[in-house]
Amino acid sequence: MLSGVNYMRIKLMVNGAEHALEVEPRTTLLDCLRDHLDLKGAHAGCEHGVCGACTVLCDGVAVRSCLMFAPQAEGTPITTIEGVTPGPGELSPLQDAFCETHGMQCGYCTPAMILAAHALLAGNPNPTRDDIVEAISGNLCRCTGYAQIVEAIALAADRIRGANRPPELRK
Amino acid sequence: MSAGHYRFVSTDRRVREDRRFVAGKGRFVADIDLPNIKHVALVTCPHAAARIISIDKRAALAMPGVHYVLDGRELAAATQQLVTGLDTPNVPRRPLAVDTARYSGEWVAAVVADTRALAEDAAEEINIRYEPLPFVLDAEQAIKPGAVLVHSAHGSNVLLDRTFVWGRVEDDFAASPRHLSVRVKWARSSTVPIETFGVVASWDPWRDVLDVYASIQMPKYPDQIAMALHLPASAVRVHYDVDVGGSYGVKRGIKHSVLVAYLARRLGFPVRLVEDRLENMRGGDAHGPERLFDVDVAFDDDGIVRSMKMRALENIGAYAGRSPFQLGKPVGAIVGPYKIKSVQYRAIAAVTNKTPQDAVRGFGQAPTNLALERMMDEVGNALGLDPLELRRRNMIRKEDFPYTIPSGTTYDSGDYHTVVDKVVARTSYNEIKAERDRLRGEGKLAGIGIAACLEPSGGNASFEPLLNPKNATTTWMDSCRIDVDLTAAITATMHTSSAGQGHETLVATVIGEVLERDPDSIRVVRANSLNSLPSNSPVGSRMAIMLGGAAFHAAHKLKAKLTAIGAHDLGIPAERAIYEQGNVHDCAAPDKRRTWEELVAIAHRNFHRLPEGFEPGLAVAHVYQVPTGGTLPTADGRVQMYPCFSFEFHLLLLSIDPDLGTPRILRYRLGHDCGTVINPKIVRGMTMGGIAHGIGAALYEEFAYNEDGQLITQTFMDYLLPSSQEVPAVEIIHHETPSPHTVLGQKGSGESGYLGAPAAIANAINDAISPLGISINTLPLNVSKLGDLIAEARTRKGI
Repeated sequence: MLSGVNYMRIKLMVNGAEHALEVEPRTTLLDCLRDHLDLKGAHAGCEHGVCGACTVLCDGVAVRSCLMFAPQAEGTPITTIEGVTPGPGELSPLQDAFCETHGMQCGYCTPAMILAAHALLAGNPNPTRDDIVEAISGNLCRCTGYAQIVEAIALAADRIRGANRPPELRK
Repeated sequence: MSAGHYRFVSTDRRVREDRRFVAGKGRFVADIDLPNIKHVALVTCPHAAARIISIDKRAALAMPGVHYVLDGRELAAATQQLVTGLDTPNVPRRPLAVDTARYSGEWVAAVVADTRALAEDAAEEINIRYEPLPFVLDAEQAIKPGAVLVHSAHGSNVLLDRTFVWGRVEDDFAASPRHLSVRVKWARSSTVPIETFGVVASWDPWRDVLDVYASIQMPKYPDQIAMALHLPASAVRVHYDVDVGGSYGVKRGIKHSVLVAYLARRLGFPVRLVEDRLENMRGGDAHGPERLFDVDVAFDDDGIVRSMKMRALENIGAYAGRSPFQLGKPVGAIVGPYKIKSVQYRAIAAVTNKTPQDAVRGFGQAPTNLALERMMDEVGNALGLDPLELRRRNMIRKEDFPYTIPSGTTYDSGDYHTVVDKVVARTSYNEIKAERDRLRGEGKLAGIGIAACLEPSGGNASFEPLLNPKNATTTWMDSCRIDVDLTAAITATMHTSSAGQGHETLVATVIGEVLERDPDSIRVVRANSLNSLPSNSPVGSRMAIMLGGAAFHAAHKLKAKLTAIGAHDLGIPAERAIYEQGNVHDCAAPDKRRTWEELVAIAHRNFHRLPEGFEPGLAVAHVYQVPTGGTLPTADGRVQMYPCFSFEFHLLLLSIDPDLGTPRILRYRLGHDCGTVINPKIVRGMTMGGIAHGIGAALYEEFAYNEDGQLITQTFMDYLLPSSQEVPAVEIIHHETPSPHTVLGQKGSGESGYLGAPAAIANAINDAISPLGISINTLPLNVSKLGDLIAEARTRKGI
């Protein structure tokens, strides 16, 4: 805490837990998650809302945490990649599908891609290729050319849909 | 050699690095928090060229949380100038401008504060008086007599002007019935990773060690930091376990690193600089080639290309980064996959008042391939010969390998005609032509694009001695160490950082293959630069060859050691001992055996059971020399540039909206031969990513400057990276021609796709607009340029 700098008290609900914080009012949600809550899975890429590397879920909707001030997120449940990881060393179906198809290389855009995919599948369990392409079109990846990302999301959707079906009815 | 020979190599295995990334548990440079760390923001020059009259730091230093403001004079007095490669002592390069700034965005001062936000606030309060100076932006203007000089002490704007003549060029031109000329321009673009460059440095005065954590992909990085700071490299510890968020060549932030290292030593606390996007795009010195080609070609009536004269003029920006050398690497594949008998190559590097360049995927090969492939299409057009047939007639044939090209490099292996046949067999070429013609019949602009090219791989840096005779580098080694501990677990160590290439998976797969042990049981760790073996980082599409080669040989050393221990302990001659999945048995009596665990225990505990002269424990290492490397260029500039040559053949169909000028890729097929594929998921991903990057370079991406010398595409809203909407589905057709020079027959694939996609797309666009009687050879072939060109031609034709 520095003298001469104004701070603001806020409460954020992140990954199901409430956090009381003191931040500069201009602190972005991205910086707040990374620097105040040590949630390093959201990444800064462009900090002007184009690349999508900072994507988190606000009330289930994929948003860019670099374009939002932390105080604006009060009252909205925030989910980060840490919040969709089932447990230490455990992967969600989407995370596992990204590993299965190698839907990444450097891994920098990956948590955001997975969150964008989470948002898609929550509302559309049976997406077409075009649906998937559209859902991740706000998330830039420079490594993969997107093919193995699209395949990962399609694979996860298929597995999630089939999870409760008897084996003989699974695709 | 095929997948059938292997247990693990070439099988569809997961990439071990992926697990941490999907959970957001990568360890990128911005994730590294050291106690009491301070942050840097930069003050940059707003002019294309200016003299720095004064720097007033008082207001900034009075602000809360601000610790220091560093200017160029202080830094220059305390550090050595940066290494630039060419022998141009009057073109010094330093992290902060000293007295004169030479491009808009050049760093003039650095502010250190408690947070990045406070540092940015303070940067705005630093008052710098400039005297704007005349400037030059265009390379052709820059090399004219009387041009404004970017570095007056150098006396000209030309840093390199070298003409090579390989073979009887004039005789071949005189003997050829046909000639034509083509001018092609590759626009200034780059790899633009989603993670910007970042570096953290911390000085420990009690141990005399500088710790460096960086998003780096750079050979000799610790050495260059040390030299700049007048330290021995033994006082610089670069941590290679930092995940790099994409690089594709450009993550070489040496100026950032020297700046931050100096500040950390000067101020006594850890200092961090992570570029914001603007700093990255303007002053990060990470632009790529901007190259103008003039090509004259001599050929005969059958379309056989006899000779070529190529002039390449590179606009390197204000200082020499790696860019002059990027004119050198293409010498090793200067004729592409074709049998062109003689070549004249003139390489000119000019300084201008633009952002300096750094290494970009392919190291200058993709622009050269564009020029070659546009040339080939123009030859076909001149003769009315189909571009596919033209290429088939000129390509090197399988039986010609090993094949030495005029510039002295011998291509290792290839079967280009078969790869082409496989691509056109999937969907017959005639069918694609019929589809194009049907689209044309509907009033659309449609074109087919073909490009064939090579990916030189295995990086030997031979372009350095080629273009700078004072540089006598003939090795570009890489290394691997393997330890087996008392619990019989295997740990392998690699000696560089990675930017998504899956090197941990590579090392585990190769060692697992040799030792016949499950790769998933092998841990792979990264040394730091104080406990590492030599490495030259993942440049030049080299790691499958070089790190794979080092891992292979280290594993064989270990296997030989275990076999010898087993034979000795069993009391049998060495030739009777058989190594199988880690165990050793007597071929004459298979029951007589020592298990993996027993062998390991003997090595670690029972010196009395070891063969005479054996070192106890199980630790092996191998430093691997570049295959075919080791020789200097000849006086006329012939050199074995790289050891291996992968081949790619692109075939695509696109349409252009005649009213808007928007191109749309309808079909894309790639034939790819990179020898033995070690991990199919990785190679496919690299190739797809390369094609996407090539689509960007061809259609969207440009660091464009206005006439005031200001970069006008400095955010992702103006500099357009392809999104999922712009990258079509691509069908990749594999072929495997193993390299005779590598341990598993592997070649490089880190630049695949990118090396030919821009050429293929440019050819498709030219085919599409050819019915209008127009052509275009200047990248990017973006909507505005195409739209205007097409509208003009239609107006002329009254369409």
